[in-house]
Amino acid sequence: MSVPVTDLLRILPELVLAVFGTLIVLVEPFLRRTQKSLTGYIALIGALLALLSTLAPAMYPGPAFNGLVLVDGFSIFFHFLLLMITTLTIVASFRYLEREGLPQGEFYALLLFATIGMGLMASGNELVLVFLGLETVSIATYVLVGFRRTEVRSNEAAMKYFLLGSFATAFMLYGIALLFGATGTTFLPDIARQLAEGGGMRTLALMGMGLLFVGLGFKLALVPFQAWVPDVYEGAPTPVTAFLSAGPKAAVLAAFLRIFFTALEPLSGSWVWVIWATAILTMCIGNLGALMQDNIKRMLAYSSIAHAGYILIAFAAHSELGIAAVLFYLVAYALMKLGAFSIVSHVSAGEAHQSIDDYAGLHARHPLLAACLTVFLLSLIGIPLTGGFFGKLYIFTAGIDANLMGLVIVGVVNSALSAAYYLRVVKVMYMSEPQGNLAVVPVPASLVFVLTLTVLGTIGLGVFPSPILQFAQQSVLPLP
Amino acid sequence: MNQNYLSSYVPILIYFLLAMGVAGAIMLLSWLIGPRKPTPTKLSPYECGMLPTGDAREPFSVKFYLVAILFILFDVEAMFLIVWAVVLRQLGMYGFIIMSIFLFLLMVGFVYEWKKGVLDWAPRQSRRG
Amino acid sequence: MVPTWHYLALAAALFTVGVIGVLTRRNIIIIFMSLELILNAVNINLIAFARHWGSVDGHIFAIFIITVAAAEAAVGLGILIAFFRNRDTVNADEIDLLKW
Repeated sequence: MSVPVTDLLRILPELVLAVFGTLIVLVEPFLRRTQKSLTGYIALIGALLALLSTLAPAMYPGPAFNGLVLVDGFSIFFHFLLLMITTLTIVASFRYLEREGLPQGEFYALLLFATIGMGLMASGNELVLVFLGLETVSIATYVLVGFRRTEVRSNEAAMKYFLLGSFATAFMLYGIALLFGATGTTFLPDIARQLAEGGGMRTLALMGMGLLFVGLGFKLALVPFQAWVPDVYEGAPTPVTAFLSAGPKAAVLAAFLRIFFTALEPLSGSWVWVIWATAILTMCIGNLGALMQDNIKRMLAYSSIAHAGYILIAFAAHSELGIAAVLFYLVAYALMKLGAFSIVSHVSAGEAHQSIDDYAGLHARHPLLAACLTVFLLSLIGIPLTGGFFGKLYIFTAGIDANLMGLVIVGVVNSALSAAYYLRVVKVMYMSEPQGNLAVVPVPASLVFVLTLTVLGTIGLGVFPSPILQFAQQSVLPLP
Repeated sequence: MNQNYLSSYVPILIYFLLAMGVAGAIMLLSWLIGPRKPTPTKLSPYECGMLPTGDAREPFSVKFYLVAILFILFDVEAMFLIVWAVVLRQLGMYGFIIMSIFLFLLMVGFVYEWKKGVLDWAPRQSRRG
Repeated sequence: MVPTWHYLALAAALFTVGVIGVLTRRNIIIIFMSLELILNAVNINLIAFARHWGSVDGHIFAIFIITVAAAEAAVGLGILIAFFRNRDTVNADEIDLLKW
């Protein structure tokens, strides 16, 4: 028995990340205290090499390892997206870790390991592998959320995230076990075949699907499983919050789409309306929650719940157009969330100043930072000329195309509603007098790099959406 | 068939009852016919022959938890080793290489925790011979 | 032969006990133990189904679940120790700094 080289090529990004992550763990204890920042550069090189090596699976798509992994356009798209998120997070964390005096090697190693898990979720074609990917992400992020060990809020956030996260995992596992029991296989295409032929035990499969939905819904922060999000986002170190809101969310969505559109497609009659109802609840609760927040990290947390709701509209559309809309939206969403949280991590200096009032007069202190944050907030609302606008446009188009008028109307109303709390921050930044107690900290070069990329990306998607949109359309999962 | 299946457990049941009976009889006999002369030393709990120093139900040092956590991790990996060892001959070189990679990764973890000083039982200054 | 549904009933009972334990208990260590109960219910399910279908996939999955559960327990206990050092409690009701 031997592994064909093409199998290894198809998981090359994961292999590169694994090598570099292990290298960091191996090198870190031997570095002197002043040299620890070296690990950040190792991680950056690793992430960039992984991004580059995604070309290998892109050139040789197909199944690998007896069908455990399926490299198709869908997984390639997600690999590019996820690796971009990881790269930006690494750069955004450079100064944060030094300023907070946090251990650096472990942080970057865990980020790389989490990325391996996300990659496996995107290309996993079998439930065991998807589960292992999900757990790799989860365990790494449990630690990252509690990374400020001596800080009670960080401890609490990690504890809550861990308890609810592993509870969700347990539900999901029970669901997978029932699906396995109903069909006798864990390979997604085989499950679909069994269910389509009417074989297997249907009731058992439906129960399994329900539990799987609960587990994935927890990880994706859908209402009514969203309670942990604001607390975890508030307590986690801000670069980790940025990563959480972009990376794992996209990866879980990838697994969600692949499982439901491949394996559970024959049962689609029983899950489309659940997605429909969850979408409405998630949008409304997310936006109402965000309206009431004074802490900017909690506000952005609720906003990310609401955005998961918009994404569900395209999910409920249950069409290739819908999947393309989800993919496009995820790119735009990741860029604006990463950018917004990077600014928050700089302004709140040591997590002390998280209140929206701390942004009073940011315009006077940091005109450029205020302008960037405004771009991200406008994009989150969905104002034209930003990526968020086209993202929402495609999602609503997919919804209308699938005759989901009610859902689309709720989505549009919610978008209008969300403007209230985003514009509140803009108003505070430009209209209020600066409060004297905040010093003007010069913006480090690493943050300038991240902000340049995210702002250009956000505006670029708003002006020239077609390249990414075409890429997304070529990367959809084939629907029967 | 079901009846036969259950009846195959009868010897185990008999063995179980027998073991309970013997143990119970010995305890009962020593309680009935043994002489009792209690002294404070005899009544104190047995602790490896040393004088008991206090209640066992008090908080442990956190060090114990750290070692316990590390133990869980390295302990469970043995499960993969057993499964692998059973079919080693069929797996051949491929299985050997895969397991080597697995063990290498474990070793990286071990080196990491060693260098980080997690295994140092006490701070160096307060260590006594 | 014990029929498959006996195992499923046992697993469902364990699962229920675990879920109730997670939802009602206040000591975080006991919540951890309840989570392990749920995972063991899953393992029983998998092994029972593996025998039912005559495939080893369920066995392999169970082994992976045990490993992942160990890793999860280790991380959970680590987080709990950090929490305990700062707050001096293992009571889930006292995780209360972050709200609304």
